[in-house]
Amino acid sequence: MTGGQHLTARISDAFWRHPRLLLAVLLTPPLIWLGVIYIGSLLALLVQSFFSIDEFSGLINYQFTLKTYAELLRPSNFDIILRTTLMAASVTIVAAVIAFPIAYYAARYAKGRMKAFFYLGVMLPLWSSYLVKVYAWKLILAKEGILNWAVDGVGASAALNAVLALPVIGGSSLSVSYIGTFLVFLYVWLPFMILPMQAALERVPVNLLEASGDLGGRPSQTLRHVILPLALPGIIAGSIFTFSLTLGDYIIPQIVGSSRRFIGQAVYAHQGTAGNIPLAAAFAVVPIVIMAIYLWVAKRKGAFDAL
Amino acid sequence: MHSDRAPLGLKIAAFAGLAFLHAPIVLIFIYAFTTEDRTYQWPPPGLTLQWFGVTWNRPDVWQALGLSVRVATVSTLVALILGTLCAAAVSRARFFGREAVSLLVILPIALPGIITGIALRSAFNLGDISFSTITIVLGHATFCIVVVYNNAVARFRRLSGSMLEASADLGADGFQTFRHIVVPNIATALLAGGMLAFALSFDEVIVTTFTAGQQQTLPIWMLEELVRPRQRPVTNVVAMVVVIVTFLPILAAYYLTRGGSETAGGDK
Repeated sequence: MTGGQHLTARISDAFWRHPRLLLAVLLTPPLIWLGVIYIGSLLALLVQSFFSIDEFSGLINYQFTLKTYAELLRPSNFDIILRTTLMAASVTIVAAVIAFPIAYYAARYAKGRMKAFFYLGVMLPLWSSYLVKVYAWKLILAKEGILNWAVDGVGASAALNAVLALPVIGGSSLSVSYIGTFLVFLYVWLPFMILPMQAALERVPVNLLEASGDLGGRPSQTLRHVILPLALPGIIAGSIFTFSLTLGDYIIPQIVGSSRRFIGQAVYAHQGTAGNIPLAAAFAVVPIVIMAIYLWVAKRKGAFDAL
Repeated sequence: MHSDRAPLGLKIAAFAGLAFLHAPIVLIFIYAFTTEDRTYQWPPPGLTLQWFGVTWNRPDVWQALGLSVRVATVSTLVALILGTLCAAAVSRARFFGREAVSLLVILPIALPGIITGIALRSAFNLGDISFSTITIVLGHATFCIVVVYNNAVARFRRLSGSMLEASADLGADGFQTFRHIVVPNIATALLAGGMLAFALSFDEVIVTTFTAGQQQTLPIWMLEELVRPRQRPVTNVVAMVVVIVTFLPILAAYYLTRGGSETAGGDK
């Protein structure tokens, strides 16, 4: 036996006798990476949110203060938080409504090739480039683009203009209105809602549906009292994605939307040209807190079993 | 009541939903051929192949593509190693903090990308680290670990302990078992996870805007075109190519993990 074989055999024996040792060897590299680079950075961010910026010199004042957080409550900043949360909530709700028939059909009725078709049909848009999807919507919503062309074609321009004339959600054209921002968010995050929903619906036993029917439940009653409650964890799991992704996105509202900012844009602007890292950090903590609350509620509802 | 035939309304809603998901992507393919180069005019006034040649001769596109491929390759390798190690540890033993480890792996994609981005940026600031390819990789590998991890964990779960015991009973040491039993069993899952990680990194833009400095990955190149359109036809072609390039690994990953309890890509 050569020395080399000897050594590997001894290491192998040591791992066998001390499973904890092997565990430590396995876990150390990923924990160093995630613990140092990721958690370390998050802590660095958190720390900076407790600093403040000197209004006159524009330099960061490295002393503990809650002043920066208090600034978040200023009406202009608080509006940004409110607007982003409302957008995230409406995107989540509409995504759930549109996703449900797709997920339900795929889970319950699609078989064999049709099932694969639906699976890839959701998976390909999910994975295709985020920016390309946003770009596609820029093409769609452009004044000379396909949507206006189609609306003109069916003679509904007056209706579209009436919608755009609405306060707050309207604008001079779709591509600079909240409706436009909303549509793009909805499109880009929709697959993230469908997949967990479908996973949850797959697990609804068919005999429960039959039992409900045998007991005289109409389809709508079965839907409300049997299917939806059982699918709820999947819906919540999907909503975690749509909600979190909308909260943190700063590219979509920058490309399609009005000039009124979302949280992500505020973070980006404050850390960039404004150089106000503490305020940017404090803004970044907002989605973390919102998501922490959301995840805590979701966990209590059993949403993670569906992931 | 509950027959195997779907109600018509449900069927229409489901297929309309799928159409909604795909129509914009189809549109990208059509725009790559339009003769119009100043506006986003629909319908296209004419069709041409000339923009493919123009794009081919653009050094800035090639440079951005090169950087993206380099970053994605290195990030994927790092994610493969770290994700597999993590998955092996979590699936083979119950230990204190096991839940915390899986949470730690998922956190970088569970939190909005802008948080990962600004956290890294502020850490680089504090540590006086200047931007380079490495800073981009640091960010990308961190959120790529989870896709490898998810694929590997699912496969480790199917790898039964009795196979490992049988190998040991037949006289193999730990390394031999690893080489002859574990690796062949998890190889396709790793390949799938690796391809998804590559696709994820190749497409990432939010974290990258914080960690790239002046460097341009392909998504950053696209982003600048989106904010200030200068060469619409070239952007159209690049967009179409990016769609094709990302579809291929997804299809491959799907076929690699098909038939198992897990299917790749269910969690971007």
